[in-house]
Amino acid sequence: MSKLNSNIPAGELTQKWTKYKSSIPLVNPANKRSLEVIVVGSGLAGASAAATLAEMGYKVKCFCFQDSPRRAHSIAAQGGINAAKNYQNDGDSTYRLFYDTIKGGDYRAREANVHRLAEVSANIIDQCVAQGVPLAREYGGLLDNRSFGGTQVQRTFYAAGQTGQQLLLGAYSALERQVGMGKVQMYTRHEMLDVVVIDGKARGIIARNLITGELERHFGHAVVLGTGGYGNVFYLSTNAMGSNVTAAWKVHKKGAFFANPCYTQIHPTCIPVSGDHQSKLTLMSESLRNDGRIWVPKKKDDPRKPSDIPEDERDYYLERRYPAFGNLVPRDVASRAAKERCDAGYGVGASKLAVYLDFKANTERYGRIEASKAGNHNPDKETCMRLGTAVIKEKYGNLFDMYAQITGENPYETPMRIYPAVHYTMGGVWVDYDLMTTIPGLYCTGEANFSDHGANRLGASALMQGLADGYFVLPYTIGSYLSKEIATKPIPTDHPAFVEAENNVKATIDKFLSINGTKSVDHFHKRLGHIMWEKCGMARNREGLTQAIKEIQDLRREFWADVKVPGSADEFNPELEKAHRVADFIELGELMCIDALNREESCGGHFREEHQTEEGEAKRDDENFAYVAAWEYKGVSEFELHKEELNYENIKVAQRNYK
Amino acid sequence: MSTGNMNLTLQVWRQKNKNSAGKLVDYKLSDISPDMSFLEMFDVLNEQLITKGEEPVVFDHDCREGICGMCSMFINGQPHGPKDLVTTCQLHMRSFKDGDTIVVEPWRAKAFPVIKDLAVDRSAFDRIIASGGFVSVNTGNAQDANALPIPKAKADAAFEAAACIGCGACVATCKNASAMLFVSAKVSQLALLPQGQPERYRRVQSMVAQMDEEGFGNCTNTGACEAECPKGISLENIARMNRDYLSAKFISEEEV
Repeated sequence: MSKLNSNIPAGELTQKWTKYKSSIPLVNPANKRSLEVIVVGSGLAGASAAATLAEMGYKVKCFCFQDSPRRAHSIAAQGGINAAKNYQNDGDSTYRLFYDTIKGGDYRAREANVHRLAEVSANIIDQCVAQGVPLAREYGGLLDNRSFGGTQVQRTFYAAGQTGQQLLLGAYSALERQVGMGKVQMYTRHEMLDVVVIDGKARGIIARNLITGELERHFGHAVVLGTGGYGNVFYLSTNAMGSNVTAAWKVHKKGAFFANPCYTQIHPTCIPVSGDHQSKLTLMSESLRNDGRIWVPKKKDDPRKPSDIPEDERDYYLERRYPAFGNLVPRDVASRAAKERCDAGYGVGASKLAVYLDFKANTERYGRIEASKAGNHNPDKETCMRLGTAVIKEKYGNLFDMYAQITGENPYETPMRIYPAVHYTMGGVWVDYDLMTTIPGLYCTGEANFSDHGANRLGASALMQGLADGYFVLPYTIGSYLSKEIATKPIPTDHPAFVEAENNVKATIDKFLSINGTKSVDHFHKRLGHIMWEKCGMARNREGLTQAIKEIQDLRREFWADVKVPGSADEFNPELEKAHRVADFIELGELMCIDALNREESCGGHFREEHQTEEGEAKRDDENFAYVAAWEYKGVSEFELHKEELNYENIKVAQRNYK
Repeated sequence: MSTGNMNLTLQVWRQKNKNSAGKLVDYKLSDISPDMSFLEMFDVLNEQLITKGEEPVVFDHDCREGICGMCSMFINGQPHGPKDLVTTCQLHMRSFKDGDTIVVEPWRAKAFPVIKDLAVDRSAFDRIIASGGFVSVNTGNAQDANALPIPKAKADAAFEAAACIGCGACVATCKNASAMLFVSAKVSQLALLPQGQPERYRRVQSMVAQMDEEGFGNCTNTGACEAECPKGISLENIARMNRDYLSAKFISEEEV
């Protein structure tokens, strides 16, 4: 078992990034013009990197599978983006954001990376505002903030419940500006199906034009993946239908290590499953926990309507168990607490797999403030509710509308019913401090890498990381590689490595189309999702994981023998696209279970039932598991574990306590 | 977990590729749940077609939560179907009745050629943004975000314009296939903010020129775009764009 080198610069934590940044070799403008970079993915991490690299002078090609880079799933992020601006004068600082993120990640993230993230967080807000991103403001014209889980300051910037949309459209406009100037070549409706490695370095990709079906070879001096997370391995998740692991999995099979695959974030506040037809789950932003109180009836199987259950017969279980953080505990803690109540028989709704998220108390409180502002110091309840509803509407209107549309219920009148759902994956392609994978010249940014969130991501930190990587980290760090590549001439794409990679992709496609089995791709995807959710979901144990590995192996064999992919290779064929993605999800699912089985502790989003405290909280084992588990692909069902030890020099590692 | 009891007849536009002729094809569906989304109903149809050995219907979709702007069906003569302020992916079958016949077509516009079945090519929108829908600020050039206070009302109005999801429903519903609502939403967002001022008049001219070049039609103020927009983008944006476009004509070339 080899040790991995994370290449963290020496020196004091707060100086590492500043010093390192100033020592990265530069590439002169003339040389930049002849260096080509491929960016796969056009979400926050990809679009920001592609735009910035082009601004710096590199020749950039950017790829996305959607019909426009603006569709990437970053667009759906609702709640906000963290930044250590301390605009609220509530004692926030770079150190506190760093500390909260390490603690929130249950002491399984790298100190140096997280500190850098906290350092550049403020620049992100500046950049986005300069681009014309309309973040929420107060009447004085200054930016507004709100709270998110796992913190006690207000450092979250937002744009109603559409923060991801606004930030992505900012990055998209920066990207399109470079496209207009001819400095980025944009390839929409293209999917990367392999990376090309020549003499040990990433030198290009094979992409499929999804409209014509043509396989294309593209050369790059370096390749950057910003391809998002793999939550869709569970079939039902809050991810977009097209979100997939394929690019990340292909590079894994070519030598890039895959780190901490078992760290999955189950988001506590999603709209519950309504039936077998369900194709995806919809998140209700964590920001709602600012004003929504979570509860279940104190009585099991209480048949009453929520409005008929009096205060003293409600169990506000988060406020009861975690008085210091209350409804704003981190996501992993909130999700497990909901599951615990439902498993114990206190769930609500038809499925009994839901809890209430209730806005009534705070609606009334806001109404009282509004009435007071208007000079009415003794308003009746009805006035309070009317005025307060207007405030709630301004804060969360689009989320309430979405809830009403999906469930057919009016959340202004009755509490929302919510339940945890797969939302984000902290694991991903292993990268060093430069965001370079174990394949030289191949980089990975945003959710697709594993780097900053440890075993649990705090709310409003995904947008922060995606944009930090793309705007402020990768464009610098890639210089230390590219500065050594200035003499490398573009490699012709008839090089044997390109030919071989394309032939392999073609063989896979031919195989899919020739099986002509009896079951659709979705059929297998749903079965995989079921195994993963039941045995590698919110709670895991040795027996279940061992079974899951066997079941997934069987499923893989059945998939390759009995899947039915209609249509042909040389046309627009979404079923063929799905087949690639599901084939990769099946292999990833197995690795996730292997990783979860290996990690004999509970931490963050990874909860092993064998390892919990008497109060049912996650019990870490720092002595044996304070490492990043980076897996090397050795062949079908064969993975070798490499460990990167995590050293905490600036933070005292402790049991997380939100009580 | 309720299985549904709705029986429906779908008439769906099938077209092999952009060069072939298309036609409406009838499909019968039974046991549809009112809690399904419209696209989940299409998932059921496609699953049946695949099982029968027929080609599934191609349609664009991704986030299925009303924000990515990728879904695009023209349902019973309306883009995104009968409900106001809702995208196709957020439309649920409870908006229809048992026994209904539902006609589903792609967006129709010269600038949005059909790729296959219900999927169209909307890359013209990207080219319009690339022609000027941005603030020219390179990464690293920004001042402190609070250095420039922006009145809340202006910021809110810019946000409302910026809420456009680029789905193209405005073009699909317009009898002239005009893209004025889409273009004006971006022009407005940036014209309302101080950051957008330096390029304000150059931007509106470039974007309108690109819009014309893509083959979108003219605006004749029918207001259909606003009525059908799933995000409620206001016609006021078109008025604002027209004012800016006109103003730009009176500003000398050097100043633009």
